[in-house]
Amino acid sequence: MSRSVMSASADRALAWDVDRVRADFPALRRSVRGHPLAYLDNAATALKPESVIAGVAEYYTQVSANVARGVHTPSQEATARFEAVRERVAAFIGAASPAEVVFTAGTTAGLNLVAQSYGAAMLEPGDEILVTEIEHHSNLVPWHLVAARTGAVVRGVPLTEDLTLDLDRLEQMLSDRVRVVAVCHASNVLGTVLPIKQIAAMAHRRGAVVVVDGAQAIPHLPVRVGDLGCDFYAFSAHKLFGPTGLGILWGRTELLAKMPPWQGGGGMIAQVELTGSTYAPPPMRFEAGTPPIAEVYGLGAALDYLDGWDRVAATRYEDALADEAAERLAGLSGVTVYRPRGPRVSVVTFTVADIHPHDIGTALDAKGVAVRAGHHCAQPLMRRLGVPATVRVSFAPYNSPADIDALITGVGHAQRVFGA
Amino acid sequence: MSDLDELYQTLILEHNKSPRNFRALAGASGHAAGRNPLCGDTFDVWVKVRDGLVEEVSFLGQGCAISKASASMMTTAVKGKTVADADALFRRFHQVVTGHATDSADLSDPKLTLGCLSAFAGVSAFPIRVKCATLAWHALMTAIHSPDAGVNSTTP
Repeated sequence: MSRSVMSASADRALAWDVDRVRADFPALRRSVRGHPLAYLDNAATALKPESVIAGVAEYYTQVSANVARGVHTPSQEATARFEAVRERVAAFIGAASPAEVVFTAGTTAGLNLVAQSYGAAMLEPGDEILVTEIEHHSNLVPWHLVAARTGAVVRGVPLTEDLTLDLDRLEQMLSDRVRVVAVCHASNVLGTVLPIKQIAAMAHRRGAVVVVDGAQAIPHLPVRVGDLGCDFYAFSAHKLFGPTGLGILWGRTELLAKMPPWQGGGGMIAQVELTGSTYAPPPMRFEAGTPPIAEVYGLGAALDYLDGWDRVAATRYEDALADEAAERLAGLSGVTVYRPRGPRVSVVTFTVADIHPHDIGTALDAKGVAVRAGHHCAQPLMRRLGVPATVRVSFAPYNSPADIDALITGVGHAQRVFGA
Repeated sequence: MSDLDELYQTLILEHNKSPRNFRALAGASGHAAGRNPLCGDTFDVWVKVRDGLVEEVSFLGQGCAISKASASMMTTAVKGKTVADADALFRRFHQVVTGHATDSADLSDPKLTLGCLSAFAGVSAFPIRVKCATLAWHALMTAIHSPDAGVNSTTP
């Protein structure tokens, strides 16, 4: 057991019963290559509690009908639950109304929706889109695509030496031509939490809208979109202990109302003639085709599950684990830890001298430790850090101090194998 | 031997530390870049082919131990072979790292036994690393067979 997590947070340990939480996650019972699984890849996707798996199964075993289309009882049940979860999500993020909650296929789909609908309709040649050096490709490439389509220009805001966003440079770059500022709430590589409220205030003074990639923040931070002051906020269910294939795009009512559809099909229309059509109001306008209904059932179960957590205690616990891991990694010879100063979520990125991150990843896998190795879909940030790739460990409230022990032992083992 | 020791054999670690033919090649007849967009690994491979014979092979780039050692050992393995034998060696190597062939005894042609390259048999226990082991090989095949492809990427 790692001493300092246990001692430094004896009071927290009382508030957070990790053994009880672990019992809710069946995937934690498996072993990997003869070792207990130490799952430290939560920023890629979170494990699912039994109740979420049961929620998905409930839909398939007891309902299995389409939504918003049938007069029959199962379809009406499915529709009622689907819309009830939408209301649940609206309450969870503090949306003004459930109509501001669009179900998508994931964060990526949500950001593409904003770029292709809002961006393509509003951007003109010479308009500017500001992105940051810390973004995931999901909040870069959609803007590259819409810029190519509209003649708008994408410009990148750099980081400071402390690996946080350079707000002075942002202020300088916020010209009157800036229409969109696309930022993440938390970095998937460094864990840096960006000051969205401040960024939104700065952008709004120049008349730009703020599009937030919330994928890495939503599992850790209490998100109230009204308080953040942004205009769009996208996240995925699967990082929030829910199913894959489902995301949420929240948008301000007045912005969604003036956005054209992105994809056409069933369920998003008002009236269709053979040669033209009119469209439903939001959120249906943006939900063409049969949505991920089972996944929405699962998300509802995930939100119910999270109601059973003291989320402040959960975040404090996982933050303590991340700090412990960062400290112990930094204490190993040859290990460089990249940590931002200031607010951050429980993600720790590091490199090991003379050993490629993929080799560290494989060496850790051989010990049952699951980490992410590579460029993390953040190539501009890798360039900024001056490395081709890194190793990333990311924590959830079901991780234990034993997971950190396995990580540290595994890195040491890799160093011995490689003679580094 | 554990999976890990099987994967990172001494020979592989040694080639990773001291790669052979790790340089650009003047007067090359073909060149190709092998890039793995998923992990960012990238290698340039140069080859000099004359009269159907692989006279020289070299490479430069960065990647994990598996990809770098594989590139290094590939350069020593194919040097002096005919193009046809280099092609056959790659097919054989590919079978072994993907776990589709573990027994080389059935090979009647001694030129096609893997020799040192059999050190990569451990890759088959880590399927995600097959692309690492074959990255430089794919670039070599492009450099030999499409020498005009120049710096075009090869996605394994």
